[in-house]
Amino acid sequence: MAENIIEVKNLKKSYHDGVEATIALAGVSFDVRKGEFMAIMGPSGSGKSTLLHLLGLLDTPTSGTYHFDGKNITSYDGNELAYLRNQKLGFVFQAFNLLARTSVLENVKLPLVYSDNIPEREWDERATRAIEAVGLSNRLNHDQSELSGGERQRVAIARALVTDPDVIFADEPTGNLDSKSGKNIMSILQRLNMKEGKTIVLITHETATAEHSERIIRLMDGEIESDTKVKNRLSADSEYVK
Amino acid sequence: MTIRHLFKTSFTGLRTNRSRSILTILGIVIGITAIMLVVSLGAGAQNLILGEVQGLGTNTIAIIPGQVSTSPTNVSVLYSDSLKPKDVTALENKANVPDLVSLMPTVIGSDSASYASNDYQVTIFGGTDLMASIFNITPSEGQFFDQSDVDSMSSVVVIGADVANYLFLNQDPLNQNITIKGRNFRVVAVLPKSGGGTLFDFDSMVIMPYTTAMTYVTGQKYYNRIITQASSDVVVPVAAADIKLTLEESHGITDPTKDDFTVQTQQSLANTLGTITSALTWFLVAVASIALFVGGVGIMNIMLVSVTERTREIGLRKALGAKDRDILSQFLLEAVLLTSIGGVVGIILGSGLAFVIAFALSHFLAVNWQFVFPWSGAILGITVSAVIGLVFGGYPARQASKKSPIEALRYE
Repeated sequence: MAENIIEVKNLKKSYHDGVEATIALAGVSFDVRKGEFMAIMGPSGSGKSTLLHLLGLLDTPTSGTYHFDGKNITSYDGNELAYLRNQKLGFVFQAFNLLARTSVLENVKLPLVYSDNIPEREWDERATRAIEAVGLSNRLNHDQSELSGGERQRVAIARALVTDPDVIFADEPTGNLDSKSGKNIMSILQRLNMKEGKTIVLITHETATAEHSERIIRLMDGEIESDTKVKNRLSADSEYVK
Repeated sequence: MTIRHLFKTSFTGLRTNRSRSILTILGIVIGITAIMLVVSLGAGAQNLILGEVQGLGTNTIAIIPGQVSTSPTNVSVLYSDSLKPKDVTALENKANVPDLVSLMPTVIGSDSASYASNDYQVTIFGGTDLMASIFNITPSEGQFFDQSDVDSMSSVVVIGADVANYLFLNQDPLNQNITIKGRNFRVVAVLPKSGGGTLFDFDSMVIMPYTTAMTYVTGQKYYNRIITQASSDVVVPVAAADIKLTLEESHGITDPTKDDFTVQTQQSLANTLGTITSALTWFLVAVASIALFVGGVGIMNIMLVSVTERTREIGLRKALGAKDRDILSQFLLEAVLLTSIGGVVGIILGSGLAFVIAFALSHFLAVNWQFVFPWSGAILGITVSAVIGLVFGGYPARQASKKSPIEALRYE
């Protein structure tokens, strides 16, 4: 069995708004293997976004422990977390979140600006390679606003790839796309998982999208309802894998 | 994050929010332009006034009848006739004021002068040939009268340019006679046009020996003013003190507070005028600074709006690995860049306007106005605008950097 990249134990998150405390996550424990493609599902308010934010180090848990790549990062400070986000994690958002009035290349280079260890002379090459990997080499210097939704999401994936992270978190990446573009995005994510061994954590509320992964965790009211392996895994390129 | 990319990021940030950036810069530009304009024009005015005063020569000492009131409650009698010929005799005695090299009693009056059928209201100025050197005036034609004309009460006059124009139209006034109080005076010299910029308007003046003026024109037995020159700048205070003592003795005054005359040096006059003009300048700078402060508050507003509007961008940058420090530096640098650009534009605009005004004044109004580049204003402007950027940009920048990445990303 491969090493675990993510291990969470009894992870809780609650929000206080004045008098009442809202529990978003009631204590979840699970592991993610290195190179695994996992989907988190659940209805709105089930806590799936909160969980992704905690896993992606965008938010801190109220209690519980989080080991990333063998290290307990629960006590890390802001700068250490920023470093991990930059180097080890990649994000793909539902709303793309590209910089306005900025070219594809500059958007993809953005994480490199905040990396202290990647020399600047490698930036263009790295960014070009990442853009190539999502098939947008011909759009390198286009402004992001000239691109279609599917293409923008591919730029976002290229941006997530550019620092060569271990894990890619995708928060409803196909949510704003038509089915064809959505399929294209899933195909890219599957390829990154299989060919490059990237660990992928996907959030979705569509079963069809979730079935592109190997394993599905279903959340309900802040707790894990089920954690199952996908039997007939869908391939975005052909009907089934394996 | 390297400095280079910090700058690049900040510049990109400003460029993508172009109209907002320009509006912010405008606030600072107006403030700095106002400061530059005020400081430059203030310095120009100061130079003009001091130039006029110092043009009289810094070794010049003037004696004025009566006391120049030092406070409103000091009800001093105007001894308008206190300077008499015996005072001149006393002052001319080398034993009394050893540092005095020359002395000129003057009388001033007003009368009408006529030539043929032309009349013109003129200022009568009675003096000696020292006038020419003290006021640095050279006739455009003819020769200034000399000491022998003064001694013999000759009826000779030197006339200003306007007097020549009005009385003689296109005729040559030299050696013609003009009539004042029914007496004929021969024109020995004509002065060039001096313009309205000098303290004394020589253009409408008729200058004659003071002896002539006292006897035939004003009929007075006293002087309006005695102008003296010390041997050098250095001995001016000593000479002034000697003059004071000599006159007190001549007038039989024992209590110096009861002096019926005032000894005025050009230096003291220059100092007083300099103090007044610089106080005025700094007052105007203070007013302009308020404009700058308002501009600063405007910057804070715009930066706060900018931080709110760009919350998602901040969240994204943080998600991609930006540290608090990176966000803080970016927004702070954006603010400082805005204010510094505004500062530079304001300095160029302000000194440009001051230059145009200086040019217009000296060109169209014949005022001897020199353009002064206000270095103090420029340094003040740049410093103040950078500080405004740091202070008023600092708070919003801190707010921006403190946002948790997910709160920022979720912001609608």
